Amino acid sequence: MKDDKYYRDEVPENNPTFEVDRRDFVKLLGGGLFIYFQLGEFLTGVAADAEQQRSVPKDYNAFIHIADDGKVTCMIGKIEMGQGIITSFPQMVADELDTPLESVKMVMGDTELCPYDAGTWGSLSTRSLGPVMLAAIAEARLVLLEMGAEHLGVGKDEVTVENGVIFVKNKKSKKVSYGQLASGKKIEKYLEVKPKAKDFSEYKIRGKSFNHADGVAKVTGQAMYSGDFRMPGMLYAKILRPPSHGATLVSADTSEAEKLDGISIVRDKDLIAVLHTDFEKAEAALSKVKAEYKFDEMKVDDKTVFKHQLDFKSESRVVKSSGDIATGKSNSEFIIESEYHNSYVAHAPMEPHTALGFMEGDKVVVRASTQTPFGTQDGISRELGIGLDKVRVIAPFLGGGFGGKTAFRQAIEAARLTKLTGKPIMVQWSRQEEFFYDNFRPAAVIKITSGTDKAGKISLWDYHEYFAGARGSDTIYDVPDAKTTSYSAREVHPFGTGAWRAPGNNTNTYARESQIDRMAAKLGVDPLDFRLKNLKDERMIGVLKAVAELFGYTPAKGPSGRGYGIACGFDAGSYVAHIAEVKVDKTTGKIQVIRVACAQDMGFCINPQGSIIQLEGCIMMGLGYALTEEVKFTGGDIHTNNFGNYQIPVFSWTPKIQTKILDKNEAPQGGGEPGIICMGGVIANAVFDDSGARLYQLPMTPERVLEAIAKVK
Amino acid sequence: MAETIQFELNGKKVEIPLEKNQTLLWALRINFNLTGTKYGCGLGYCGTCTVLMDNEPVRSCGILMEDVAGKKITTIEGMSVNGKLHPIQQAFVDHDALQCGYCTPGMIMNAYGLLLKNPNPTKEQIVDGMEGNLCRCGAHTHIIDAIESASKKMKI
Repeated sequence: MKDDKYYRDEVPENNPTFEVDRRDFVKLLGGGLFIYFQLGEFLTGVAADAEQQRSVPKDYNAFIHIADDGKVTCMIGKIEMGQGIITSFPQMVADELDTPLESVKMVMGDTELCPYDAGTWGSLSTRSLGPVMLAAIAEARLVLLEMGAEHLGVGKDEVTVENGVIFVKNKKSKKVSYGQLASGKKIEKYLEVKPKAKDFSEYKIRGKSFNHADGVAKVTGQAMYSGDFRMPGMLYAKILRPPSHGATLVSADTSEAEKLDGISIVRDKDLIAVLHTDFEKAEAALSKVKAEYKFDEMKVDDKTVFKHQLDFKSESRVVKSSGDIATGKSNSEFIIESEYHNSYVAHAPMEPHTALGFMEGDKVVVRASTQTPFGTQDGISRELGIGLDKVRVIAPFLGGGFGGKTAFRQAIEAARLTKLTGKPIMVQWSRQEEFFYDNFRPAAVIKITSGTDKAGKISLWDYHEYFAGARGSDTIYDVPDAKTTSYSAREVHPFGTGAWRAPGNNTNTYARESQIDRMAAKLGVDPLDFRLKNLKDERMIGVLKAVAELFGYTPAKGPSGRGYGIACGFDAGSYVAHIAEVKVDKTTGKIQVIRVACAQDMGFCINPQGSIIQLEGCIMMGLGYALTEEVKFTGGDIHTNNFGNYQIPVFSWTPKIQTKILDKNEAPQGGGEPGIICMGGVIANAVFDDSGARLYQLPMTPERVLEAIAKVK
Repeated sequence: MAETIQFELNGKKVEIPLEKNQTLLWALRINFNLTGTKYGCGLGYCGTCTVLMDNEPVRSCGILMEDVAGKKITTIEGMSVNGKLHPIQQAFVDHDALQCGYCTPGMIMNAYGLLLKNPNPTKEQIVDGMEGNLCRCGAHTHIIDAIESASKKMKI
C-alpha cells in the first residue's frame, strides 16, 4: 500500500469552523504533532442513537497531539462523572500507541477542543467510541513508525516501537522517540484509512487494574466542578421558580428584593433572576420576591399514578413478537398474570446542576455540569438565537450524572443571564431546585401473562410495558410464543421524566425476573434451575453459573426461608446475574440486605478495578430504588425535595458485596449501567424466598412489605 | 467600622467582615475561595460540606459565621502538608474510595473527626460515624475500608 493512501498532509477544504478550533489547539498545546481523524461514519452512528440530533460535522476532528516531550494529549467529547473513563481511556491510548501510560493526558468535554460527541450516556464510551478511537490510534502509530523510519534512514518494516521510542529492530541503539519526532515542528497529519487495531493477545496495559487517575485531585479538594470556578465580577443568580409544574406566573413584585444592598434584578420574558456576588444574599433576596400564579394541575398523585397511566390514551407498539399468543395459551399448563408497579425516582447526584456563564468577546462560554456538552451547545444556540460558533460549552468534573445531567436547563439559564448582563453568572441550583427540575425515572406499569408447559418450559410470554421505556423489555428466555408491547404517550407525566441509569431496564428487569420467580415457585422448582432450563443464550447461562458459584448457591424451591433471590438481565451489551441474601423483619417490614453477589460478562474488560467499582456502585445505588426511593407528589407539586424526605442509600445499608467480571476476549461492552438493572428483582425475589411475600411495587417500603406479608397469612 | 470576626482557618489567623446570616460554607467558598468544601443540600442532610470546627466535624452549611469567631476551622485544603497527603487522603486514593469525588472532601473531613475522637474504631463504629454522609455513586465499601486502613496508619 502506498503511503499516500494512509494520510495526506493538506488541510481539507470546506471547513469553515475548523480554523478557529485549530488555533485554540495551537494555543493550548504549542507545537508538536497533531493527528486528525475523520470520524464521519462513527458520528453518524452515534448521532442516530442520541436523544438530540444535530448535523454531523464532516470535517476532521483532532484527537491526538504529541508534544516534543513525548506527552500525548487525547481529546474526546465525553465527560468524566465518576464512571472512570479518565482512567481507562489513557490505558487504551497508551496500549495502542505503545507509549507509557503516564504520558497520556485527557482533554474532555470541551466543544471547542474536542471532536463532536452526542453525550456520555448508555454506557457507550468504551464500546462505541472505543473501537473508532483505537482504529485511529493504530493508524497514528503507523504514521509515527513511518516518520521514525524516515528519520533513522531505514525502511518502515525495519523499525518497531516500545514505550514511545522507535528503534531499528536489529539495532536497538538506533532510535528516536515520539517526542523527538514532534520536536521543534508543527506537523499535522490527516488520516483517512483505518487499519485494524491490536488483537487482545497484544494488550499490555488494557486488562490491568488501575485506581482512579483523578484520585489525588479529588481527595485534596483540588478537582474543579462547575461551581468551583471564580471570575472577577462574578454574580450568583437565583431564579424565581414556580411552586409546582402546573403553575404559570401571573405577576411578580420584585420591589422589596430590589431594596437590598448589591442586588440587581433581571427580568426577561419568563425569566426572573436576582443577582448578587454572594450566593446566600441572592437567595435571601429571592425570598422577598412576591409572585402570583395560576394553576392547571394534572389530577394525579403518587398513589393514583398507576391507574392514571393505565387509563391514559396511549400509543402501543409491538417491540418483538414470535409465534402466537393464543397458541402459547393453549399450550400452557399454568398461566400466571401479574401487574408490577414502579415509582418515580430521582437522579439525586451529590452535585446539583450548576453552570457558570461568561462572555469572551461576542461568544458565550459556559462551564456546566452536563453529560452532553455538544447537546448543551445546541440548546444554548437555539434558545439564544446565536450561531454554534458563538457558544462554547466546557464540562469540568461532574459530581455524578446517572442520566440526570443530560438535561441542561441550568446551562441555558446561565447563558441567557450572561448574554443579558454581559457579566459572569453562576447558576448553582439548590437541592430543592434539583429535585424540582429533575427528569425523574418514569413511574410505570408492567403487565405480564406467562405460562409453562408440562415439562416446565416457558410456553407463553405476553408482556405489556406502560411508560417504563422499552430497553430491557424483551424476554431474555427462550419462549416460542412471546410478544412484547410497549405503550407510550406524550404528557402522561405531570413533570419531566428522562433517562435514569439503564433507562427502562430497571423496571423491566424487576417485572420480568419477579414473574420468572413466580413461575418457578408455582412449579415448585429451584429458581436458578428454572432459569437455566429456559435460557439458550450461553453468555446469560455463563453469568448465572458464575454468580451461583461465587455466592455458594445450593438449589431449593422457593420460598426456602433462606432469603436468597436471583435475577439476571442484559444491558448495554453486557450480561449480568445477581444473587442476594436478605432478612425481612416480619414485625416492622424492614428489609436488611445482607449480601449481594454479581457476575458480569462485559466482553474484554479494560480496567477490572474500575469496572468492579462501577458494579459495586450499581449495587449500592440500586438498593435505593429497591427499598426507599420514591418521588411523592400531588399534581405538579413535588413533595420530596431534599434528602430528609427522599432517602438514598447510606453506610448502614452496605451489604457484603461479591463481584466477578468474566474473563472474555470479546469486544468491550458497557459497564456503567448493567449492574443496577437486577437490583429491584433480586431483592424482591429474596424477600419472597425469606417470607413468601411477593412485592408488586417498588420501592419495597416497610408498609408494602407488611401488606404483602399479611396477604400470605 | 464594620464588625469583623476572627478565627483560625487551616492553621492561619484570618479575619473577615461579619455578615448577618452568612454561613461558614459560603464564607469558605466565596470569601476564601476554598472550594473543596461542597454545597450538596444546604440543610445538613448530605455531609458534602463537612469541615472540622475545634476538631468536631460540623456541617458548614448550618454554621453561622457569628458562631465561628475564635474557633479553629479545618477544611480539606488544610489536610495535606507540603504536598504530602494526610493518611486519610492517602487511604482514599489507595483504596479507590471515590467515584465522582463530590462527596469525598466531606467524607474525609467527617472521617478525620471520627478518628480524632476514636483512633481505633471498629467497622461498626465507622459505619455509624459515617452514616450521615451521603455518596450517590456507591463507593461505600471502599470508603469503609479506607477509613479502617487510615486508622491503623495514623498516629494521633
